Amino acid sequence: MEKKIGVYICKGCGIADAVEVEKLVEVAEKEYKVPVCKTHDILCSPEGLDLIKGDIKGEGVNAVLIVACSPRAKHQEFSFNGTVVERANIRELVAWTQPPKEEETQALAEDYVRMGIVRTQNSDLPEPYLLEQPSKDILVIGGGITGMTSALGVADAGYKVYLVEKGDELGGWASRLHKQLPQRYPFEDLEEPTVKATIERVRSHSNIEVFTSSEIDKISGFPGQFEVEIKTADGLQKRIAGAIVLAAGFRPYDANKLEHLGYGKSPDVITNLQMEEIASKGRITRPSDGREVKRVAFIQCAGSRDPNHLPYCSSYCCLTSLKQASYVRRLNPDAMAYIIYKDMRTPGQYELFYKKMQDDPGVMLTKGEVTGVDVSGGSLYVSVKDTLLGGDVKIEADLVVLAVGMEPNTKVEPEELAKWKKIYDEQLAASGGKPDPNAPLEPHKVPNILKLQYRQGPELPVLDEAYGYTDSNYICFQYETRRTGIYAAGSVRQPMNMLQCIEDAMGAAMKAIQCVEAVANGYSVHPRAWDQTYPEVNLQKCTSCKRCTEECPFGAIDEDEKGTPYHKMTRCRRCGTCLGACPERVINFKDFNINMIASMLKNVDVPEEGLRLVGLACENDAYPALDAAAIRREKLPPIRFVPVRCLGNLNLAWIADALSKGIDGVILLGCKFGENYQCHFVRGSELAKERLGKLQETLGRLMLEPERVELVQLSISDYDKLPQILDDYVEKMEEFEPNPFKEF
Amino acid sequence: MAEQEKTILVVGGGISGLTAAVEAAEAGYNAVIVEKTPFLGGRVARMNKYFPKLCPPTCGLEINFRRIKFNPRIRFYTLAEIERIEGSAGNYNISIQLNPRYVNDRCVGCNACTEACPVEVSNDVNFGLDKRKAAYIPYEHAFPFKYVIDDVACKKSDCAKCVDACKYNAIDLNMKPEVIEINAGAIILATGWKPYDASRMDNLGFGTSPDIITNVMMERLASPNGPTKGKLTRPSDGREVKRVAFVQCAGSRDENHLPFCSAVCCLASLKQATYVREQYPDSKAYMFYIDLRTPGTSFERFLNKVKEDENISLIKGKVAKVYEDVSTKDIIVEYEDILAGQKKKMAVDLCVLATGMAPTVSEVKLPDEVRVNENGFVVPDRDRPGIFAVGCAKNPMDVAQSVQDATGAALKAIQILGRLS
Repeated sequence: MEKKIGVYICKGCGIADAVEVEKLVEVAEKEYKVPVCKTHDILCSPEGLDLIKGDIKGEGVNAVLIVACSPRAKHQEFSFNGTVVERANIRELVAWTQPPKEEETQALAEDYVRMGIVRTQNSDLPEPYLLEQPSKDILVIGGGITGMTSALGVADAGYKVYLVEKGDELGGWASRLHKQLPQRYPFEDLEEPTVKATIERVRSHSNIEVFTSSEIDKISGFPGQFEVEIKTADGLQKRIAGAIVLAAGFRPYDANKLEHLGYGKSPDVITNLQMEEIASKGRITRPSDGREVKRVAFIQCAGSRDPNHLPYCSSYCCLTSLKQASYVRRLNPDAMAYIIYKDMRTPGQYELFYKKMQDDPGVMLTKGEVTGVDVSGGSLYVSVKDTLLGGDVKIEADLVVLAVGMEPNTKVEPEELAKWKKIYDEQLAASGGKPDPNAPLEPHKVPNILKLQYRQGPELPVLDEAYGYTDSNYICFQYETRRTGIYAAGSVRQPMNMLQCIEDAMGAAMKAIQCVEAVANGYSVHPRAWDQTYPEVNLQKCTSCKRCTEECPFGAIDEDEKGTPYHKMTRCRRCGTCLGACPERVINFKDFNINMIASMLKNVDVPEEGLRLVGLACENDAYPALDAAAIRREKLPPIRFVPVRCLGNLNLAWIADALSKGIDGVILLGCKFGENYQCHFVRGSELAKERLGKLQETLGRLMLEPERVELVQLSISDYDKLPQILDDYVEKMEEFEPNPFKEF
Repeated sequence: MAEQEKTILVVGGGISGLTAAVEAAEAGYNAVIVEKTPFLGGRVARMNKYFPKLCPPTCGLEINFRRIKFNPRIRFYTLAEIERIEGSAGNYNISIQLNPRYVNDRCVGCNACTEACPVEVSNDVNFGLDKRKAAYIPYEHAFPFKYVIDDVACKKSDCAKCVDACKYNAIDLNMKPEVIEINAGAIILATGWKPYDASRMDNLGFGTSPDIITNVMMERLASPNGPTKGKLTRPSDGREVKRVAFVQCAGSRDENHLPFCSAVCCLASLKQATYVREQYPDSKAYMFYIDLRTPGTSFERFLNKVKEDENISLIKGKVAKVYEDVSTKDIIVEYEDILAGQKKKMAVDLCVLATGMAPTVSEVKLPDEVRVNENGFVVPDRDRPGIFAVGCAKNPMDVAQSVQDATGAALKAIQILGRLS
């Protein structure tokens, strides 16, 4: 498309008081020969917008540069269908943060015009990436209460579902319950299990195809086109799905490891799951002698909240024991139930159920630390210290129920991992080959449930501190996973009770539907859900260095037989990490590319004297922090800021370009990394930091101080600290000699 | 299918409502958000940090606001209230009253009106801890970034200084309320909560000293855009707070107040204890609790991390009384140390009452089909689907769970709309 650029400069909001707008026009017209350049007192007003619309219609302007406020402001006003729109921010970053009418301020604004014009020159309208025949069917893995709820959720919205369950029946753990907890107000009475009705609905739903006694054999492809191979009793079945819900559920913590709580010492020390089975028989009796129980002790946190076992809280056990205490009281009215807990955890309105149980004089509750369970003369004795009853006590019981916690089925046990490592090491030694980066040495590289045919491994990556749960890293975005189109639900995601599982199942199902719709329409999925651009790769220049395949946070890039990487576009989240990783600079987006940023930096005017600094800022967090500082009218040093999608976009070529142009330093503002990272593309700023490590050496060789390039980890709320951070940086740069490349 | 029938009405523009609207819209449905305050973001926009990551809420809000800005399927109305809902699942007619902002779309956010405004009133965003002008914007990342004029405080034509100050013709003090009608196939109630009125607990002394505050006030004190710019000082005399007591279940789990557990207060206080400890290395924090409720993986890890700090004491105890010592100006907390079985007293600089959540859904004009229980939460009605309560309109819950719940509710809503096609 032949571009006709129109530059529109706003004089409002203090801009005309801070800079000479006419000189900005000169920059556009004389330096860049833009065919149309106009100013307006209030560009975002209907009159100002009419000016632009008139030129689009009458003058054939098809690419517009708005030289006015931050791109975060007035987005709706400055949107013109079918027209490229770029923004140069001289309100927040100039008029509101710089001393008015000073030479430096004018120079800064002129540079923003220059950078804006080359940005516009290098920007094109997106052309969505569309699959030929995207599938909107959804694969649900796991036929427990979570998987069934997801399946029904999707099917009731009109989408076809493939539901894969490894057991020979649907229902999972829920099928083994005697009663279920109340799921609605007044949260007082136990309910008959609803799981049977749910199974019935799933079985009879015309949109759901059920595979029991089945497992995933492998999944290849990408969102919109996952090729799913299912190992069934009748052989391999193939289906195509657009998105996946992973609802593989939990396993109870192995009670054999709880010898210190008496498990194994007597058949009358049982798990909470065994208690469900006993209660289902209608009367609670002792496994050892069939005698009806008179005193039942429940030990909470059996294995949970214990650094030697599960260091976390399994969330469901307090309520389950309260429920089972209610079994005891109803089935054996003369019996007493004792519950020994660390903290009674019944959040929300489940407190009402707790209250009801507290009111029952036959239920004794105490905080305490169980120190042991002994068997003597047909009775069990539970020793407890630090109780509310005053000091240490021994509780005599006929039956002890251990409230065992849960572990997600996505968790790979250390023994399992060790087994894979051994096999791998032996193979490696025998072959004498090079270590394989895809070796199953990390949990998500061990084939377990999904068995994805992905370069980065077959399973969902888990967070370091999530104990095998495929939890989201983001509080605000609970269904984020690092594999696009695959959403975890229920107790693989977090330990949760049944009601929470049911709600969670619906959320994950919603995300799966959203994904297939986004793919079908050529949009990215969260967080850049509006984005129709995608990475375009010039493979002719690719050297197969594989940095992009290794660094992509979402496993979107595989390699073909020859080792050439290729993007699976619908797995891509458009973060541009690959663009930053590529040393050959062959990965580009229509409206965001290597050449764009490089040209912007190279078009900064570098005078022979005086400091010139540029900055790259993450557009979700650092850039809004800059805006906020401006809204507070903080004074900021005149650093030329360029917003990037993520600091993971950082391509070292940009820094080389900037420094060789004579720019004195580059500051990089990105999100916090490490534990509790805040980058929405996982490792963007961390990768930028790693890349900088490689650059420092080069800078040393060029006799440039490595400190000229600095990366700052910044939250969106750190706007109050920004002036100091930037001033400190400038001060440091002032101590250096001017960049010697200025003279070239 | 007519376009309006593919529309979901979302009542409430906090984290639950925003999530429900955005999730539904990104699957191809129209969403209309009705928010009664002048800005989106609700309670979370006023929080300093989220537990347990200690990350800023504005980070996620920024993404959600961007998803809204870029998505033509989402419309939102601020200063808007439900006037009437009629109809049934698949076809609701809704009247919405739009209250005047007195600021139109020409507003550029330049702050001239605030500078010109002579009227100062108690700042409700900061729970009265400071003052603001009648023409204002509450914080830097407010969305929409459009000023508002406080209908009650503004003297209108008797003053009108802001009208002269605005170079953009953005202020119109003659704006009147108007009523608009929309049609929607499904409704999501994301009306959220408000802090339980702490003054109703006589023994906890709220209102008797400015240094007995609530947990939501503590968030504002810790926020860089709060009344003290993030410095934790005593509201009474500005003294640095080196000894802080947190009183858990202030109203919650109490039959005379809120019989339920508010689900967030334990974690909120643990988090706020870290604010204190981070700001003053020589400070001490004391938390009085009935049960420490930090379910799951990351919350329990956070609890363990807080426990490692020996200057944070977690005391299983019932607080009997909180009051100011008139001579020392200290705040005195009288409590029973349950494990020690003793009654004790403690002097602190600041006492934070971990007040619970009072649901606000009953403040909305809803059709009879919506059942609200004695605690003020909506009871899901399985028989008459079409209106779905989410987040704290349904049950007390934290942000993560609200997001989860709202995403699921979006599915329930599109199921209704899907059935129409």
